[in-house]
Amino acid sequence: MTTTAPTPVDGPIGRPLDRVEGHAKVTGTARYAAEVPLPGLTHAVLVGARVARGRITSIDAAEAERAEGVLAVLTHENLGKIAAQPPLLPSLAGSVAPGETFFPMQGDEIHYAGQHVALVVADTYERALHASRLVRISYAEEPSVTVIDQGRDQAYEPEAIFAGFVPGRTERGDVEAALGAADVTVDRTFTFAANHHNPIETSAATAYWEGDRLTLHDTTQGVTATQHTVAALLGVPHTRIRVIGHFTGGSFGGKAMVWHHPALAALAARKVGRPVRLALTREQMFVGCGHREEQEQRLTLGADKEGRLVALRHHKLSPTSPFDHWAEPSLGVAGQLYACPNYEGVYRLIRANTTTPTFMRCPGEATGLFALETAMDELAERVDLDPLELRLRNYTENDPASGRPWSSNGLRECLERGAERIGWERRAAPPARDGDWLIGLGMAASAYPVYGPNNPQRARARLYADGTAVVQAAVTDIGTGVLTVMTQVAAEALGLPVERCRFEGGDTDLPNVAAAVGSSGAGMVSATVHAAASALREQLVARAVGDEGSPLHGADPADVDVRDGRMVLRDAPGTGEDYAELLQRNFLPDMEATGSWGPPPQDAPFASMTFGAQFAEVAVDPVLGLVRVRRLAGAFAPGRVLNAKTARSQLMGGMIWGLSQALLEATHMEPRTGRWANASLGEYLVPVNADAPDVDVDFIEVQDTVVNPLGVKGVGEVGQAGVAPAIANAIHHAIGRRLRKLPITIEDIVAGGDEAPQ
Amino acid sequence: MTVRTPDTGRATGTGPEADERGPEPVGVRLDVNGVQRHVEIEPRVSLLGALRDELQLTGAKRGCDQGTCGACTVWVDGRRVLACLTLAITCEDAEVTTVEGLATPDGTGDGRLHPMQEEFIRQDAFQCGYCTPGQIMSAVGCVREGHAGDDGEIKEWMSGNICRCAAYPHIRAAIRAARDRV
Amino acid sequence: MRPISYVRTEGADGIDRAVGLVTADPDSHFLAGGTTEVDLLRQHVLAPNRLVDINRLPLSGVEELPDGGLRIGALTRMSEVAAAPAVQERLPMVARALVLGASAQLRHMASMGGNMMQKVRCGYYRDGESPCNKREPGAGCAALGGVSRTHAVLGTSEHCIATHPSDVAVPLVALDAVIRTRTADSERAYAIDEFFLPPGDTPDREHPLTHGELITAIDVPTPPLARRSLYLKVRDRESYEFALVSVAAALEVRDGKVSGVRIALGGVGTRPWRARRAEDALVGGPATTASFDLAARAELAEARTTPMNAFKPELARRTLVRALETLTRDGSQS
Repeated sequence: MTTTAPTPVDGPIGRPLDRVEGHAKVTGTARYAAEVPLPGLTHAVLVGARVARGRITSIDAAEAERAEGVLAVLTHENLGKIAAQPPLLPSLAGSVAPGETFFPMQGDEIHYAGQHVALVVADTYERALHASRLVRISYAEEPSVTVIDQGRDQAYEPEAIFAGFVPGRTERGDVEAALGAADVTVDRTFTFAANHHNPIETSAATAYWEGDRLTLHDTTQGVTATQHTVAALLGVPHTRIRVIGHFTGGSFGGKAMVWHHPALAALAARKVGRPVRLALTREQMFVGCGHREEQEQRLTLGADKEGRLVALRHHKLSPTSPFDHWAEPSLGVAGQLYACPNYEGVYRLIRANTTTPTFMRCPGEATGLFALETAMDELAERVDLDPLELRLRNYTENDPASGRPWSSNGLRECLERGAERIGWERRAAPPARDGDWLIGLGMAASAYPVYGPNNPQRARARLYADGTAVVQAAVTDIGTGVLTVMTQVAAEALGLPVERCRFEGGDTDLPNVAAAVGSSGAGMVSATVHAAASALREQLVARAVGDEGSPLHGADPADVDVRDGRMVLRDAPGTGEDYAELLQRNFLPDMEATGSWGPPPQDAPFASMTFGAQFAEVAVDPVLGLVRVRRLAGAFAPGRVLNAKTARSQLMGGMIWGLSQALLEATHMEPRTGRWANASLGEYLVPVNADAPDVDVDFIEVQDTVVNPLGVKGVGEVGQAGVAPAIANAIHHAIGRRLRKLPITIEDIVAGGDEAPQ
Repeated sequence: MTVRTPDTGRATGTGPEADERGPEPVGVRLDVNGVQRHVEIEPRVSLLGALRDELQLTGAKRGCDQGTCGACTVWVDGRRVLACLTLAITCEDAEVTTVEGLATPDGTGDGRLHPMQEEFIRQDAFQCGYCTPGQIMSAVGCVREGHAGDDGEIKEWMSGNICRCAAYPHIRAAIRAARDRV
Repeated sequence: MRPISYVRTEGADGIDRAVGLVTADPDSHFLAGGTTEVDLLRQHVLAPNRLVDINRLPLSGVEELPDGGLRIGALTRMSEVAAAPAVQERLPMVARALVLGASAQLRHMASMGGNMMQKVRCGYYRDGESPCNKREPGAGCAALGGVSRTHAVLGTSEHCIATHPSDVAVPLVALDAVIRTRTADSERAYAIDEFFLPPGDTPDREHPLTHGELITAIDVPTPPLARRSLYLKVRDRESYEFALVSVAAALEVRDGKVSGVRIALGGVGTRPWRARRAEDALVGGPATTASFDLAARAELAEARTTPMNAFKPELARRTLVRALETLTRDGSQS
């Protein structure tokens, strides 16, 4: 993989350091939530409803209760009531964040198949698993709605979606008139299969009580979200709940919200009076932590003869749960990417018998940009422009939605760099042939919003007399590299080598930060870590200049630099002393400071977005229906890159997620029963090593002084945005057919007839 | 008509064999990372369950429990296998190696890493780390089996280990970098 | 997974003992590689009370037979067979089918006998609860009106449309392999065509074996034409996935005419599907794409599809034509 590194850096920030937790992860010593050894540990296994709608008519738990080792069979008849149902808020808000505004095992009503209806606790995992199959539950089944085609006529337009944060309808200008006056229109419908996150670690919690205090080890993107949500459900002050989550084995949004397992584990632990570990089975991961909803999008573009957009109408229809108005915000970025004066975006929902859908990596952008960017490719064809040129022609310096300038941009440079990387000039020629394969090139723009927290984020920095530092904030490592980059940020702010700095997270006993979601973790946590570490450094320098025993006594703090843990006069670097000397001389075991940041101002005269560009080279065997991605090249402008190595890895992972979305991932709902029909990793296909091509990741450096103090815009999701349309457009280039559904599978290609166009 | 005895559920007339063990917990000897271990487990307990729940060796991961993800990959008698579909009791008299025993055979670890572990770190061949022990055990197996000659071969012979973070290109880079030292 | 007891059998005497133990007890199962047995135990689909571990019985290895064929011991692991030089040289389609099956780890575990006995991957069978005639005769078939993209289009009945999942069984069917077994009082041999039963109205009956009958070996003829054979597997992922369609084919052409041919299809049949109609159509005719196409159409004429797998006959036709074209193109006939 070749890349262009960001501007060379002097300090630790930006350097491609190896992950600080690498040793623990490659030796198997990193402990995840279901791996905490506890004396007297018991194991809980969930039982899911077999019907999608109806009522439980009877529960016969006798055989399960009699089974060897079983300690309890909990159902709505004996679990007890939750204290309150917290409202649906995104975990970025830093407060309660239930996955849905429904808690199971509170009554006999069934709202979706797989709904947790019983929890079996036993002394070993095998015994709990076996007994879970012995609980006999009878249902009175009622007709259910689980797919768009069953509920099309019941669709409604919600006031707001996405936990109330996104309006159901957005308009500017006059779309109808502009479409009528447009020289060219492209009006297409796109369909998307439902998707499930499927991190390799299934959701799990280990719970134990000590008196009225609860400790939970949870698989989560944010320990604070788990703490507040479980506190609300149980009616326990959150100060009596400690949530620990040092390592989370992948999430991708499936652990962004707090689903039912941690609270159920806590309730079960209280019932049996012993620690309880509750881990979902792989099959339960399809009903236990949300999904990206099935959806249908209709997109109408109007343009003038030169390909300049004059109107964009984008409608989405999707099923939500009986409880919440949820749709992923597919229309947002697609309506902001290009200059376009007339716009209409409308969400319509269908009440369905599923869990509330939830965030899944690149939530909304991944689907919305598929519609927009394949339609743009078609528009380019209609107006006889190179697709790249069409994008450049519609480029905008301002957010079309707010009219404000982008706080930083880089889209143009990303498009140009990506084109260079893939060898876009080859696209002008007819598609190449390689044996049975036709080679196609495609591209799409990429963009992802910049989200900020709603509450102040906090961190603590402490320097010990031996000259080492510990910096803490309650962020969980979900694989982003956060432990490494925060070590780098702290080291830079303190003027310490990274080896003398340790970052700790993953525990609600540490200073509070919101969940690491929405690509916002690096930006907000770096801001507060930087604030804490800078405050500590100022404190140390102030102490030194005020200390008669210090060589720096009497100096202006503004004239003091810190390098390698040594405070020196900027103009006379020979004069100074180590942090350690200062503390030891003063018999100080340590010094400590806290820092906080945010929330960012809402009235800044800017809008923010992370931009990128995606290019794909695919090989299509039109006879056998095979599509193989040979290469992906992405260029991104994510603001400041805190660690070139981990950032590149995240972008690469996102791009392969885009490939997966394009060609593999589909959960099939069976409408008759309302059950997901392929709830396993054998049948829900995610890429294996052989599917993943080499990926070219490139950075375009942009400085952003608006989004947060370090100018970090995030890399967790923009890598995925735009990949699927780039692949679909490459398929079109190769075989001349436009496919407007995801995933694009063998049968779609085979349906096009035997012979490839020449 | 078959009559079942209440204790074993076995058809009458076929009493338990002298060497029949279980279904209650029985003593099972396991040689794990060169150390003789003894566990009291039911015969239905998988090697994965025995390692994780009895021996607290949680390097092998439970990702699917049905042979579809590879996160539980360990070696039995030097061959990479799936611990989730292997019953622990069948491993008596076999040598079991887990990621904990990769660098130093006894699993005590003296800080040194196996070259494959080093290269996984250097090439950033993981993100969340959950599939990583299985990837590493599989990667060393792949090299030893002689299937790490080129990227095409590595791709195919490493496809039994799913990495949802999709670090695959870096996993291949780590195997390329380590293969001559394995 | 229900509680089970465990007996290990070993040594040459162990074969009779294992057969005896399982034969005498309807609730005992053999345990070989475990890749099906342990999986389906945990899924609550299989529920034996006792497992008889046969892994240490002396039934491993690939041996030469006097007639030039190969005898593959039932406990030989898939990876060992794939790596056997005699298999690679004389039966490339067998070696290829093995390497394209499952994953490296599973191939180290799974035995060849177990591969012949593996259960279907139909989700309705595997969930342990949906109506399934295979699991519970007379219960009905949920797959018929259900999610059936991967299901069979050949050899189906109104009682079952589950696809036979094995890769290696496909070339073995093409080669007329023989399955050798041991019962409590006899040794038996089954032509592989008779070994895999069509579902008909007894989909629960997948093999002619009696309870306790143990596969000891698979005898595989090695006809000369098999030296130039291939296994072509079409699937969504590039690896670690069952076939949507696969073709095992061997072709011998003399003077532009097909003088010998073996074809079997995977991923489309309720059993590994020997394509005899296609073979009959080809033999003696020209080795051209047009005749390959006619042969493929003849084989697939009776395919029955569901809305979700309606693409399979066409995909199978194309895959078969591609396989034969490839064998011709490669100059496989000298």
